[in-house]
Amino acid sequence: MAASVVSKAGVKSGGTVVKGKPPSRLAFERFMRNPLAVAGAIILLAIIFITVGAPLFTHYSPSVIDIMNTNAPPSAAHPLGTDPSGYDNLARLLYGGRVDLTVAFSAGVMTLVIGTIYGGISGYFGGWIDNLMMRFVDVMLNFPFVVFILFLEAVFNTSGELLLITVVVLTSWPASGRFMRGVFIQLRQQDFVIGATTIGAGAWRTIFRHMLPNTVGTLSVLVSFAVAGYVGLEAALTFIGLGLPLSVASWGGMLSEASNYTAMTTQPYLWLPPAIMIVLTILSVNFIGDGLRDAFDPQMRS
Amino acid sequence: MAEPLLKVRNLKTYFISKHSQVKAVDGVDFEVQPGKVLGIVGESGSGKSMTSLSLMRLVPGPQGRIVEGEVTFEGTDLLKLTERQMSDVRGNRMGMIFQEPMTALNPVLKVGEQIGEVLIRHRKLSKAEAKKQSIGLLRSVGFPRAEQIVDEYPHQLSGGMRQRAMIAMAMACQPKLLIADEPTTALDVTIQAQVLDLMKSLKNKNGTAIILITHDLGVIAEMADDVVVMYGGQVVESATADAVFDDPLHPYTKALMESIPVIDQDRDRLASIPGTVPSAANFPSGCRFAPRCTLAQESCHQKMPELRELKPGHYVRCDLV
Repeated sequence: MAASVVSKAGVKSGGTVVKGKPPSRLAFERFMRNPLAVAGAIILLAIIFITVGAPLFTHYSPSVIDIMNTNAPPSAAHPLGTDPSGYDNLARLLYGGRVDLTVAFSAGVMTLVIGTIYGGISGYFGGWIDNLMMRFVDVMLNFPFVVFILFLEAVFNTSGELLLITVVVLTSWPASGRFMRGVFIQLRQQDFVIGATTIGAGAWRTIFRHMLPNTVGTLSVLVSFAVAGYVGLEAALTFIGLGLPLSVASWGGMLSEASNYTAMTTQPYLWLPPAIMIVLTILSVNFIGDGLRDAFDPQMRS
Repeated sequence: MAEPLLKVRNLKTYFISKHSQVKAVDGVDFEVQPGKVLGIVGESGSGKSMTSLSLMRLVPGPQGRIVEGEVTFEGTDLLKLTERQMSDVRGNRMGMIFQEPMTALNPVLKVGEQIGEVLIRHRKLSKAEAKKQSIGLLRSVGFPRAEQIVDEYPHQLSGGMRQRAMIAMAMACQPKLLIADEPTTALDVTIQAQVLDLMKSLKNKNGTAIILITHDLGVIAEMADDVVVMYGGQVVESATADAVFDDPLHPYTKALMESIPVIDQDRDRLASIPGTVPSAANFPSGCRFAPRCTLAQESCHQKMPELRELKPGHYVRCDLV
């Protein structure tokens, strides 16, 4: 008994010895051990694949109307039926994902890039620079978002993908900028950051080489929240008629189209597929973000 | 005596906010001779760590500020340099090691990359050359398998190994002065001895002067040539190590010496100094040690004593001795 315990312990400790594995590699291995995160990654990749490769799955165009065949239930020709205008639902669903994902990922990228740089500078330098930058964030955070979209639509007399992305770009970074500032302030007190200064590293080098890699865990959560949030936001805005015009296929637009009593009660093929896609996208992105955070968490490092 | 390597005159580092003024370092003077070890002793909160950060100009801002003083290092006043000039001094002519080896190395960079960075920054080496030198440095601080250690991450090393890697990093450019802020406090006793031995041998080999900050008088006795005793942000006694240990003059130093446990004395209770170090936000008027001093008289509470040279090279801030 004792001997077997000892030999097992030997095997175990021998097996878990980590030799020369970089933290990114360890993080990847931990990520792969998290079933929810892996499932999220697979689902998200599948969604990206079917939306980007939409022509492979349907020969209909999302902007061509079959006027003789409106409100058709699912059939062999139209697997998800057609909507009241005669658009093919499957084509709308697949192509519509492109818009949603573009909006969501541009929000994610802005959160990542601008949020980090802005928060990094603010948190590292502190003092009046920090004060000034954070007051600007206050202004941006309190900016009336919906009014802003209406304003832009009125000024440029257009509504569409580009406008929505512009708004997303302008409004998605402040929250993450403020959050990253907190992370950088915390890191600033760490011995290894002070240590970087004691060996003569300048401010930029300290921020980007010594501090930034230590924020990856937090960043991944921020980005996943941003992506998930903006998928939902596109749906919500289009649903209330402030997002994309009907001619542009999007998941929110499809939901908006189906928002009447008849469609809700008798035509689930109109609204169920886009609703499922939105929920799946948001959930999978959140699971990936959680998985990444756990994988990069320094507290969990062996 | 030769020209000192580092001369600190009337250094004052305050933390200033709207409502308070915390005098963390309040008029400190000392000198470090080339190739010698200066020990700075004091309790927690006596201002010794802030003194060392001030020498490197690393006082945490924006509240913390060096309000007055001179820090003359190899003939130049560091406090007058621009930030850029100062960063050429850091890591190059002046190195620093920290108390907590677990947090002092960057968890996401390889040990070799962190040591190499110093060489790339100050010696303009290429990456490959820096790595080669890092291996040599790691070997000089006692790593037998230095070729492997350069490619490992801090979390793969033990506390003592990390502290030695830190020393290799601080010594990479063979600085004239090494500031060690409680370098052994977080280590096991046996590892402590190793690290101290290592610092000693590097000092002898490269002629590096060391400022050793500690509250461990045993470490001071082992290492230091000269000693500065700090209390409440001030120097209360400064002399050679022998003089301080053989003939401590300040009541605080005496009390510190008495509080060292002695193994062959059978005492029920260890001697301790009653009370705590006064907060730097509101020091008592008069002598800062007076509230805890057994010898204190009425006059001690009124007037701040001056630092006087009682014997040649032996300075004391007490009016009663």
